[in-house]
Amino acid sequence: MSTSLIYALTGIAIAGLGLFHYLSQRNILRKVLAGNFIGTGIFLFLVSSADRQADGSIDPVPHALVLTGIVVAVSATALLLALLCRYHDETGSLTLDEEDDE
Amino acid sequence: MTQSSILIWPVLWPLVLGIVVFLFRGRTALWLSLAAAVGTALTSFNVCRAVHQSSTLVHEVGGWGAPLGIVLRADGLAAVMLGLSGLVGLVISVYSLTYFKSGSRKEQLFWPIWLLLWGGLNGLFISGDIFNLYVTLELVSLGAIPLIALAGTRDAIKASLRYLLLALLGSMSYLFGVGLLYMRFGVLDLMMLGNTITPDLTVYAAIAFMIGGLIIKAALFPMHFWLPPAHSSAPAPVSAALSGLVVTASFYMVARLWFYAFPALELAKLGQLIGLLGCGAILWGGWQAIRQERLKMLVAYSTVSQIGYLFLVFPLYNKAIEGSGIAWSGSILFAVSHAIAKSCAFLAAGIFIKVYGHDRISELRGAGRQLPMVTFAFALAGVNLMGLPPSGGFVGKWMLLKAAFVTGQWGYGVVMVCGGLLAFCYIFRVLEQFMTTPDENAPNLKSPAVMTYSVLVLAVTAVSLGFFTPVLLGILGVDSPVSLVSFAPEVLLP
Repeated sequence: MSTSLIYALTGIAIAGLGLFHYLSQRNILRKVLAGNFIGTGIFLFLVSSADRQADGSIDPVPHALVLTGIVVAVSATALLLALLCRYHDETGSLTLDEEDDE
Repeated sequence: MTQSSILIWPVLWPLVLGIVVFLFRGRTALWLSLAAAVGTALTSFNVCRAVHQSSTLVHEVGGWGAPLGIVLRADGLAAVMLGLSGLVGLVISVYSLTYFKSGSRKEQLFWPIWLLLWGGLNGLFISGDIFNLYVTLELVSLGAIPLIALAGTRDAIKASLRYLLLALLGSMSYLFGVGLLYMRFGVLDLMMLGNTITPDLTVYAAIAFMIGGLIIKAALFPMHFWLPPAHSSAPAPVSAALSGLVVTASFYMVARLWFYAFPALELAKLGQLIGLLGCGAILWGGWQAIRQERLKMLVAYSTVSQIGYLFLVFPLYNKAIEGSGIAWSGSILFAVSHAIAKSCAFLAAGIFIKVYGHDRISELRGAGRQLPMVTFAFALAGVNLMGLPPSGGFVGKWMLLKAAFVTGQWGYGVVMVCGGLLAFCYIFRVLEQFMTTPDENAPNLKSPAVMTYSVLVLAVTAVSLGFFTPVLLGILGVDSPVSLVSFAPEVLLP
């Protein structure tokens, strides 16, 4: 098993764990964290694909992709947190089915 | 400056001016916004014209070509979409000039985010590789969601939060698919991918992740549940942009991948699955639209229904059957006319809310007498949604029907006709209320002039789009992945 394959599988495992919690948690803050886990897992998977050249040199494209991906993920997380703050101010709840909390 | 460099302007102009607008207040900001809107629309039309006259434009941004650089590519499909976003975007902008209270905080925040969204959409339409499609799709989502939250109500914030949580899942899924494809083939460019792709398990997994993610974003049944609350609670110009352009962009991406990156693969079974979802959307969306009490919810469910028609191109096009290419032109025509008609319907609903203070259908009695122009525009949009001639919706639906006959898939034809009947029911439910005589002591109401005329422009364009079919097909035919059937009356006969 090559090193890059271990990284790729780890990435998929992290993304899978994130996905499980993303779907099962009701608290939105936890969903945000889980969403970042999915993102990190996919980025690790992408970076591991840089080791694909026959001569053993590193392909720079996946790194550029991951950098861009991180910027997008950070902006999305920021927007999500800002919306969540506003939602919490309005409803006092951290889940989308607010009736249960009140 | 080479000719292909005109491609950067529909993206650069709104993005740069969007940031500049953010720095100014009051009238200056408004003039700058108008300049940004007109400039974006004109540069989009310019690309459209250039593609129509010569051929596909390819621009390597900064002189860096594929595989490392960013390549913008405008073929016939991209040009049609650019023209659409130019037209609808311009009308939405003019409408917004008077929709928001002058000098309000909402107005200040609307323009920069709307320009960002518009620039993102244009970028999406001319992206040449699957990763830039991801980035622009995220730009579109990050522009659309704050615009919904701009309404500031509890419902709007809840709806935008739910939308964002789902949109994130969709884009992560898409990105994972991109990663799988890159790992397998080492290319991101759509054309190179189309030439090198070979079927194996990794590729099918990648396709499932990518198309699955996009289906969430396009709100195809059964992933549609986030759409009606989000689209109906947003401010009217935003609803129009979302239902008209943002949803169309997600469909555009699926079509782009299907016909440009994956044509070498055998995907008939997946096509049938998507077709079934499309049928579910047509029937369920139409049925729910009939049951709605509020005008904006009704229009939003109508979007759910009409998205279903767009996705029927995937089962109906079969490269082995001659003549089924008509499904391709039909679905694009349908997308264009739906985008125009639906923005028109949402903008008209916005005027009703502004004048009456609510959008409860049962209490809009006599609106036809009080606001005749707006009602007329809404009715014209309805003609398009029902698919009556000479609207673009009619031609698009007829072409899809024809494809269903050519490929012998009658079931889809039956569903399409039923969807038309459902549309007839929900549109006439609204028009019936509008056409009743208002109460004796009903006040004399006036609709705001600028908003009314912008709605009328969209309504007339949508309903006369059928006459412009040859022009649209002419543009669409530039480097089309499918041989287009030339447009003649006998083509329309079954």
